[in-house]
Amino acid sequence: MNSIGLILGLPLAGFLINGIFGKNLPKSIVGWLGTFTVLASFVIALGVFNDLRHAAIPSEGLHFKLFTFLNIENFNVDFSFTLDRLSVMMTLIITGIGSLIHLYSIAYMHEDEGFYKFFAYLNFFIFNMLMLVLGANFLMLFFGWEGVGLCSYLLIGFWYKNAEYGKAARKAFIMNRIGDLGLLMGLFLIFHQYQSLDYSIVLPKMADGSTSQAMLTAISMCLFVGAMGKSAQIPLYTWLPDAMAGPTPVSALIHAATMVTAGVYLVVRCEALFYLSPITNNVILWVGLATSLMAALIGLKQNDIKKVLAYSTVSQLGLMFVALGCGAYTAAMFHLATHAFFKALLFLGSGSVIHAMHHEQDIRQMGGLKSKMPITYITFLIGTLAITGFPFLSGFFSKDEILLAAFDHNKIVYVLSVISATITGLYMFRMFFVTFHGTYRNHHHSFDKVHESPWQMSLPLMILAVLSVLGGLLNLPSYLGHNVSMKLSHWLAPILPMAESHAEMSHNTEFMLVGLVVLLFVLVVLYTRNKYVSKNAVPEEDALTPSTGKVLANKFYVDELYDMVFVKPLELLSSLVDNMIDSKLIGGLIAGVSTLLLAISGLNKKIQNGNIEYYLTFMVLALALFLGFNLFF
Amino acid sequence: MEIIILPLILSLLAAFTGSKINKTVWGLLSFVSLFAMVYMKQHYGIHNDGVWHNTYDVPWFSNGIHFTLGIDGLTGLMILLTNLLVPIIILSIQTNNQKSLIPLILFMQAALNGVFMAKDGLMFYIFWELALIPIYFICLLYSSKDAFKTTIKFFIYTFIGSLAMLASLIYLYLKTENHSFAYDELLSVQLNYSESIWVGAGFLFAFAVKIPIFPFHSWQANTYTNAPAQGSMLLSGIMLKMGLYGLLRWFMPMAGESIAFFQPIVILLAVIGIIYGAVIAIKQNDLKRLIAFSSLSHVGLIAAGFMTLSAVGIQGGVLQMFVHGINVVALFYIVEIIETHAGSRELSKLGGLAKFNRLFAALYLIVVLGTAAVPLTNGFPGELLLLKSVFDYNTITGVFAGLTIILCAVYMLRMYQFSMLGEGKASLKEIGLMKMIPLLILVALVIFIGVCPQLIIDQISPSIQKIMLEISNSKGVLS
Amino acid sequence: MLNIFQSLEISHYIYLSCVLFCIGLFGVLFRRNAIILLMCIELMLNAVNLLFAAFSEYMGDKDANGQMFVFFIMVVAAAEAAVGLAILVMVYRNTRKTDVSFLDSLKD
Repeated sequence: MNSIGLILGLPLAGFLINGIFGKNLPKSIVGWLGTFTVLASFVIALGVFNDLRHAAIPSEGLHFKLFTFLNIENFNVDFSFTLDRLSVMMTLIITGIGSLIHLYSIAYMHEDEGFYKFFAYLNFFIFNMLMLVLGANFLMLFFGWEGVGLCSYLLIGFWYKNAEYGKAARKAFIMNRIGDLGLLMGLFLIFHQYQSLDYSIVLPKMADGSTSQAMLTAISMCLFVGAMGKSAQIPLYTWLPDAMAGPTPVSALIHAATMVTAGVYLVVRCEALFYLSPITNNVILWVGLATSLMAALIGLKQNDIKKVLAYSTVSQLGLMFVALGCGAYTAAMFHLATHAFFKALLFLGSGSVIHAMHHEQDIRQMGGLKSKMPITYITFLIGTLAITGFPFLSGFFSKDEILLAAFDHNKIVYVLSVISATITGLYMFRMFFVTFHGTYRNHHHSFDKVHESPWQMSLPLMILAVLSVLGGLLNLPSYLGHNVSMKLSHWLAPILPMAESHAEMSHNTEFMLVGLVVLLFVLVVLYTRNKYVSKNAVPEEDALTPSTGKVLANKFYVDELYDMVFVKPLELLSSLVDNMIDSKLIGGLIAGVSTLLLAISGLNKKIQNGNIEYYLTFMVLALALFLGFNLFF
Repeated sequence: MEIIILPLILSLLAAFTGSKINKTVWGLLSFVSLFAMVYMKQHYGIHNDGVWHNTYDVPWFSNGIHFTLGIDGLTGLMILLTNLLVPIIILSIQTNNQKSLIPLILFMQAALNGVFMAKDGLMFYIFWELALIPIYFICLLYSSKDAFKTTIKFFIYTFIGSLAMLASLIYLYLKTENHSFAYDELLSVQLNYSESIWVGAGFLFAFAVKIPIFPFHSWQANTYTNAPAQGSMLLSGIMLKMGLYGLLRWFMPMAGESIAFFQPIVILLAVIGIIYGAVIAIKQNDLKRLIAFSSLSHVGLIAAGFMTLSAVGIQGGVLQMFVHGINVVALFYIVEIIETHAGSRELSKLGGLAKFNRLFAALYLIVVLGTAAVPLTNGFPGELLLLKSVFDYNTITGVFAGLTIILCAVYMLRMYQFSMLGEGKASLKEIGLMKMIPLLILVALVIFIGVCPQLIIDQISPSIQKIMLEISNSKGVLS
Repeated sequence: MLNIFQSLEISHYIYLSCVLFCIGLFGVLFRRNAIILLMCIELMLNAVNLLFAAFSEYMGDKDANGQMFVFFIMVVAAAEAAVGLAILVMVYRNTRKTDVSFLDSLKD
């Protein structure tokens, strides 16, 4: 059995065992089985990573063909996988963070009756996500793409007894499906154009410039629609905040670290395609920017700890798409990796808080938790610092790389991105201070009962905290010396042949820009600290929110808008078609035929009145007619 | 021949023994046909080379009318579906007091096998009508309410369609050189363009009603809703496939001369049907009605795929016929279980059933996902191929047809959620293991076909290539 | 006596039987009393009989089929009258009427 098969097969095996027998297994076995399968995949992926470092041809990867999925005339798709530099990076993130989150879930979900189901789903998710990144053709990607959507559906609606959660799950699945339709159409176009779906055939053909511009734009737009759905970009982002209905480890794994970055992966994978379609690039850039700003603004007024993080995720994803739109593919991947670290950390930290607070998620009900939960407090602080760009933490480097790319590309984009990054600081510190500083405000649970989480939960927090601090090492900026810097750029360079390395701007400009960002960061910290710690302010109650804030708190009323523009009309249409067109018009037409027949028969019936005189009269008349006819003609 | 005779014998036996023997026994006995089929394949040494293998051929009455049965890859798949689903349908019977139901179903099985194996125009017609008789009685005798009206509507509707087909068949018969109804003879008739349109329209009308293609569907929803679950399963699982099979085996090759005329019309109607059915399904309250409209949506896609005349579309369509049979029978089976164990099949009265039986919830979910064409379930490969063919035929139509994957997710998940999730009012009685086994078989097929669709494609592709050749041959006559 | 018959043209017989037939026919069509109906039918049959006899005579010795048919028709007429009157009696017993226009219950 080769390594790709093992990497994929282990989580699948975990899923099958837990899914089928899990009900009868003790919880400890279920949990550890789930964790170890993913961990084993991680270890194997590390081995492959090491092999790839020494591979002779850097752009090549491992290939593995399982069997033929479909083969009709020239439509030939295999169950085949490839493990190259890009996918190994994704695999490491997925299995690495995945195994930490599995470990975390052992404690977090311990009380839940659906424990085994949870681990089965998680393993199944890992399997699908791996299929997405390891697939050697677009159809395998689509398999994983839909598969993770399905797992996301299952996990959001994990507490299935709550109808609201079920609704959120459905919303997520359907919005993803809208994106999937775009992706599917993109696939059809790709096959139409290149007669294949294999990366190894399609991608070089895309790059060689033989395809018409219109076709490239069409394909890339279709794929981007898919990416919009999965990576929660405007206009398909509204499912992600609702997806927080799922258990917190799910939010960390699926809705922050891995699945939502699939769109970024797709764009990077088809780098040649997107690089050669400037129209799409611009669309990506502006959609990403708009998403980033909008989500950040909404995040300012959210009071649910997970909702804040969710909007923050949307905002950060938007930033990644800004990078992609600027052509800075490495920067996007870099931010993807660091974001996976610190966002997973933040979500797990919030999970730890929620766990301690007995499933209270409203930050207004918290406060002063730092004394009770030191590990969570410190790791959460690190996460917050990382995401807001505290110098020399991971987020600092990755975000700066994106901002520099934006500066290089378009000054307006740069300014708006900086604003978005600054707002990130505002809402993150607001949440952080309100949660951990100040005084305890919950009256339902006494402060004494708040407790630090068990080691299965705090260990992943610590590991992720370390990663959040050191994640910047992946791709240090070049001004820190050539030996240590740009590791990721070099690693991915063979996969990204088109994106030329960015014109080196002078280090002075770079320092200036970085300095500006740091200055803003300091201002933000001072402002929020002043407001929420020194003055001990608490976000106001919903009813008291001023009108501008209300718009933000209500997420710009986008959900309501969609409801009004899409959901309601569709339901109305459905009833209308059912009640009017189907039963009245079409049913009426068919009924009309029988009514017509009945009417004709009614006419005939009059003749058949049973009165013999009529019959005879008609008979005689008819005879006379025939005879007369014979006589005269 | 055996697989027509066997169900007939069983049917007679069942009719005479009445309800003395448990229905489960009959369910198991009806598997015999399936084994007979496998035996036949071995016995006659049938190879999957796309050729019709005559298994039975005797002169019947008059000149040129033969009792001819044949089998090839396509037919093989269809009778496999029939003989696989019929035992499951019999096992799905919940009560023991429906005395004549089992004989009728078995009789139907014989007729359906005949339809798929008929190699003679008249035989095809006779079996086609023969299949209508048992389903008429099943719907009439065991319906819930105002059965007579809907059943008579269904009967007359399809019967008129059949008569149109008979007219076309007779016309072709008169045109053959030595007056024969044999498939190959009928095929070799050369028609001029307008003749071909009329003959084609006759066939098409019969099949369009049976499939049903929008706007000939108005019998469907009410019949499905009022019919007993077994009737709905037979109708949607197998009888629909008669229409699709006829489209592929009879209409397309026979009316090849005018296929270019019918192509855009049928595709347009089918795509309208896809969206139309899906949109209506979104708001349905009655589970059976919901499935009826979803079925309309799905078969519309199959018909559209067939009419693109591409290998991808036709093979995807045949695959999807098989898959749809499995899925829709599984769905009706689930509805039947819900109805008998939770007391209602109306979504507004259900909800929260998942907590009562986890296994059932899981199986139900898999079937729902299969219907919604999630990858690694059986709905996906067929839908992928069909959508691809429609997309290649015309991009706009392709996009509209593609809406089905969104709408289907909407109504299927709604159905699942409102029946199984949440804190519902309904409760589910204990479901016996015996009742789960048929569902387990179906779900296993859902996943198996989803992972390895190529196995089925390999079975049918030689036959499909031959049919495509026949179509292009008769098409070539004019050009 | 013989001469009278022979001296008459065949056309006279035809006219007479036509008149008789039409009287019978219109009687059947416009009268409602069942007994009169039966009588009118007899009249029509006899008109035909007359015609048969006349044509038979006209044909001379070559063809006597016409006369034979007259006997057939007389038998049929007798049978018809018997059955018809029997039905009539039954109808009368049940409805106390001999008016045929009320007998239209077959229409439904």
